[in-house]
Amino acid sequence: MATRSQNTIPPTTTPVQNTISRRSVLVKLGILLNGLIAIALTIPIIRYLFSAVTRERKNGYLSWISLGSITQFPEGETRLATFRNPDVTPTDGPTADTSCWVRHVSGERFQVFAINCAHLGCPVRWFSQSGLFMCPCHGGVYYEDGSRAAGPPERGLFTYPCKVENGLVQIQAGELPTPGSPRAHNLERKNPCA
Amino acid sequence: MRLIEQIGKWLDRRLQLGEPIREIAEHSVPRRSASWWYVFGSAALTVFALQIVTGIMLALIYVPSASEAWNSLQFLNHDVALGWFIRALHGWGSNFMVAIVLMHMVQVFLFGAYKFPRELTWLIGVFLLLMTLGMAFSGQVLRFDQDAYWGLGIGASIASRTPIVGAALVKLILGGPIIGGATLSRFFVLHVFVIPGLLIAFVSLHLFLVLKVGINEWPMPGRIVCKETYVRQYEELLKKDGVPFVPYGIWKDLIFSAIILLALALFAVFFGPFGPTGVPDPTIIQTVPKPDYFFLWIYALLALLPPSLETPALLIGPVVAIAALVLLPFVAGEGEKHWRRRPVAVLSVILIALTLGMFTHLAGFSPWSPKMDAWSGEPAPDNFLHGRTALERKGAAVFQEKQCRNCHSLAGKGGQRGPALDSVATRLTRDQLVRQVLQGGGNMPAYGKNLSPAETTALVSFLSILRPPGAPPAYDPSRVNNDTNATESSSARH
Repeated sequence: MATRSQNTIPPTTTPVQNTISRRSVLVKLGILLNGLIAIALTIPIIRYLFSAVTRERKNGYLSWISLGSITQFPEGETRLATFRNPDVTPTDGPTADTSCWVRHVSGERFQVFAINCAHLGCPVRWFSQSGLFMCPCHGGVYYEDGSRAAGPPERGLFTYPCKVENGLVQIQAGELPTPGSPRAHNLERKNPCA
Repeated sequence: MRLIEQIGKWLDRRLQLGEPIREIAEHSVPRRSASWWYVFGSAALTVFALQIVTGIMLALIYVPSASEAWNSLQFLNHDVALGWFIRALHGWGSNFMVAIVLMHMVQVFLFGAYKFPRELTWLIGVFLLLMTLGMAFSGQVLRFDQDAYWGLGIGASIASRTPIVGAALVKLILGGPIIGGATLSRFFVLHVFVIPGLLIAFVSLHLFLVLKVGINEWPMPGRIVCKETYVRQYEELLKKDGVPFVPYGIWKDLIFSAIILLALALFAVFFGPFGPTGVPDPTIIQTVPKPDYFFLWIYALLALLPPSLETPALLIGPVVAIAALVLLPFVAGEGEKHWRRRPVAVLSVILIALTLGMFTHLAGFSPWSPKMDAWSGEPAPDNFLHGRTALERKGAAVFQEKQCRNCHSLAGKGGQRGPALDSVATRLTRDQLVRQVLQGGGNMPAYGKNLSPAETTALVSFLSILRPPGAPPAYDPSRVNNDTNATESSSARH
């Protein structure tokens, strides 16, 4: 290349150098332009991707749901109730429904426990004879008030905030309860709601 | 025949691929590396190819929607001609692939193949292992049944324990606040687009490196890897004792792959497809979710770790394990390759295999879980009832009714969470039994609130006769004078 340019191109090579630097500037400009557009496009893509996390609403996904009339839950007993998740998407199918354990303490005092074990989320079962919740996965056991009795869980069952209005038992739900969720800590060992 | 030859020539004039392909096929490998020990990588590739084919076949029918997935799997199992077989091939293919990839890894490790200059090949291999496990887990989710549903719940619970970002991570994984349609779509995208794409790209890179750097030579005790001399020695070895891969090595790969494919097909025919188990309806709580085979050891580990260690182990364990695999070729990139001169390597493999094997074995019968139906399903054994007093028999009834049997076995039947109680009376006195029943302790719930005094008396009377004939009952040394009479009179009764 060097020898050929010596033969064919006149000694004054400044215009050639200029052309090369102009090309390289144009290449850089092209890369810069693509970079800028890529960044501009990344923002909506990331927002789309994280939309499940960054949902902007006061309570996030939570809303008050009725579990049924107070008369369905005899005093002193713990019964299974099911409710439909407040945010249903068209393809949720059966997974939109969830169960929970409703303990009617007395009068209008209720405790509503998540079905999910506080250890790793398996469905706990109530045994009224021994007054215990038992988990089939790793052997977590809880007392009737939801407090931890035995096994790997580090805490009691998750409790939904609940209230009785117009004779209906209502809970604030809408999120899968997990040990790390910030609300889980607030809900631990809360007094039975009135 | 001549026509085919002509078409071939016409294509090769334009593509010019014939020569490079021939070069690749006939690249030189050390004679001893054309061995039966070096066939696992190609077998993994064969099974991966089969997974791609069967995966595409399944996608013709499968519907990745939480409301339809389960039905479409039932349809595949029962209504589509040979749908069950394709599902079985894909499901067993997954197990085979994980198994072969692990065997490949152990072989590579024990033959020192990760050492200089093959560090990058090893690193990509580690990534491929993780992606293979990712495929196995996401595939289990696509089989959208009860195990998949609760398995996702377990995954979410684990992810939620990550400090600071835990709650956000759960929503990102689930695609929303609950396990639902968005969750399945996410795992479908991972299983069908993202991870397979990465696998294809990185498998190609892995193979490219095997060609560029050359297959590992047969390790010999005392033949030390040294960065300065290795490449020259390897080239000399190839010159002196190299053979073309085709046909010297490849016939073993072909035969082993064929055996694996045949075994896979036989497993598929005889054992059939996996599930789906029950409908993924979270309101059906009579379920005992369990993960697929290669994740059983995690299931066991999570039950057996002390609660306080669990979160640190879950968060730090994987990081340490991956870091160890990544750092291995940099820490031990030179030196001996032969397993006989690497006792730590051999012991590590044995220890890890035994540990994983033991945990997997335990997860098969999960002794840590209460047996949910033992109290109503397993009758009290006859020999503990025969010739007993009314109070003791009442105690046996209380024992069943209060679900004690769910955690404690009698005559080998019942839960294994707590100790078997066949000889509890030789270990605990009457007073200790009362205390244990009422206050619990040692991982047993307290039953004080759920037993009336009469029930407690009956239960403890029953428990204090539980000892083998002839074995002396437990006694309290501090009250030995008072109690000797009591125990003597009670044993006189039997």
